[in-house]
Amino acid sequence: MASVRIPPPLRTETGGEPVVAAEGGTVRDVLVDLVSRFPSLRARVLEDGEVARFVNVYVGGEDVRTREGLDTPVAEGETVILLPAVAGGLH
Amino acid sequence: MGSLGSKPGEGGFAAVASSEGSLGKIRDTASVLYSQRMASYRDLLQKVKAEIDEVDARRARELIDSDSPAIVDVREREEWDEGHLPGAILVPRGNLESRIEQAVPDRSKPVLLYCAAGNRSAFAAQTLKELGYEHPVSLAGGYTDWKRNGFQTELTRSLSPQGRMRYSRHLLIPEVGEEGQLKLLDSRVLLIGAGGLGSPASLYLAAAGVGTLGIVDDDVVDESNLQRQIVHSTATLGEPKVESAARALRELNPDVQVLPYRTRLTSETVEEILDDGWDVIVDGADNFPTRYLLNDASVWHRIPVVHGSIFRFEGQLTVFKPYEGPCYRCLFPQPPPPEMAPSCAEGGVLGVLPGIVGSLQANEALKLALGIGNPLIGRLMLFDALEVSFTELQVKRDPNCPVCGDEPTITEYVDYVEFCAAGRGA
Repeated sequence: MASVRIPPPLRTETGGEPVVAAEGGTVRDVLVDLVSRFPSLRARVLEDGEVARFVNVYVGGEDVRTREGLDTPVAEGETVILLPAVAGGLH
Repeated sequence: MGSLGSKPGEGGFAAVASSEGSLGKIRDTASVLYSQRMASYRDLLQKVKAEIDEVDARRARELIDSDSPAIVDVREREEWDEGHLPGAILVPRGNLESRIEQAVPDRSKPVLLYCAAGNRSAFAAQTLKELGYEHPVSLAGGYTDWKRNGFQTELTRSLSPQGRMRYSRHLLIPEVGEEGQLKLLDSRVLLIGAGGLGSPASLYLAAAGVGTLGIVDDDVVDESNLQRQIVHSTATLGEPKVESAARALRELNPDVQVLPYRTRLTSETVEEILDDGWDVIVDGADNFPTRYLLNDASVWHRIPVVHGSIFRFEGQLTVFKPYEGPCYRCLFPQPPPPEMAPSCAEGGVLGVLPGIVGSLQANEALKLALGIGNPLIGRLMLFDALEVSFTELQVKRDPNCPVCGDEPTITEYVDYVEFCAAGRGA
């Protein structure tokens, strides 16, 4: 089981939970399991079966795009961080 | 010589002078005569000047070019502050004996000493001779004559007494010190936004003595801002934010020149603002079009950007230094579609969060201005105010980045509103 860190703008989709559990040995499996648990997250994280271009996914502090993308392995107990751009400095 | 018109064989001062025909002898004799009473300042000076080497301003300049001597200013700090010779070091005459060995350890090195008019430096030259310096030379006519000749001078490269007081806690830090503080006073930092992040960032940068602060914002102070935008106040409600902020910053530190730009950062205004020349940009913008526009402009102008953003309890912080690390587009090639990017106006934010993130931005800006420490280049910090946790993520340069990549495809400003509105489908 991996942990997925949900960024504040997406927490409405997880009922406010900042960290949720998801099953899988790769980023792909973890994300598929995640969106099956929280279906409204799908459109906010995935795009045509890939990680949406406006969301970054980090495993071990590294952007999975600079590793093996969706095939990047996720170890048991490891944390997957989802990170969309946030504009706010706010006026 | 014989100009004194006395005849050989006559006694007294004139006779000796005349018979020897030497000015030096006159001096010697005079000093013998005068030594029967206390020597006056003038006598002492004359005696010293006869014993040391003096050069005029023109010769001093040649000497500087040919022999690269240690140039020692023996005046007081207040005089030094008003201008001095380039490359000189300040060793006030009162501290000469105790400090010169540290300032000029090599006694065989030529030393050019100067003061205002060449008198204090004459005494200083004699002292150096006594200390075993082989080639001390005094600048006759001193700094006054040097300046009169139109030779190059350097203005105040030291803090005023008030500055030393105001920045004393910086001066105590070896990594900052007087040199660093002067660097800060020479620095120019541009703040995008005088809002939640710009408030603490601008206050700390002004307090730190960053000499020039530009602020870009087209908004006015609204009551709902005051929960977090601490550079503004109830008294400035309804005022343009740049004016409200400028006043607060000037009141905090009159050393700081504040340049308010009451405008939105757009493709039309960005060049004019950046042309004013900035060392660091602190990005506290509230929308994606501005952030992408600023990114592209800063890459093309090669100005580092300290990026901060906040939402509810969480902040993001990083530094984009063009071509040394990733840019904003390397990190986020695309903004989220508008319907997926709630603004703080919708999402809310804990008032102190921009205080924390904006202060961290000021920290990064100061480090960049001073050239110290390890700036957050290629590292993205996530701060969670509820957990009080920092998470560090790596951000790499994207060789395919359309702006800073190997073969950029975006080389001029685009329609950023359109780019961001397009969202995913684009």
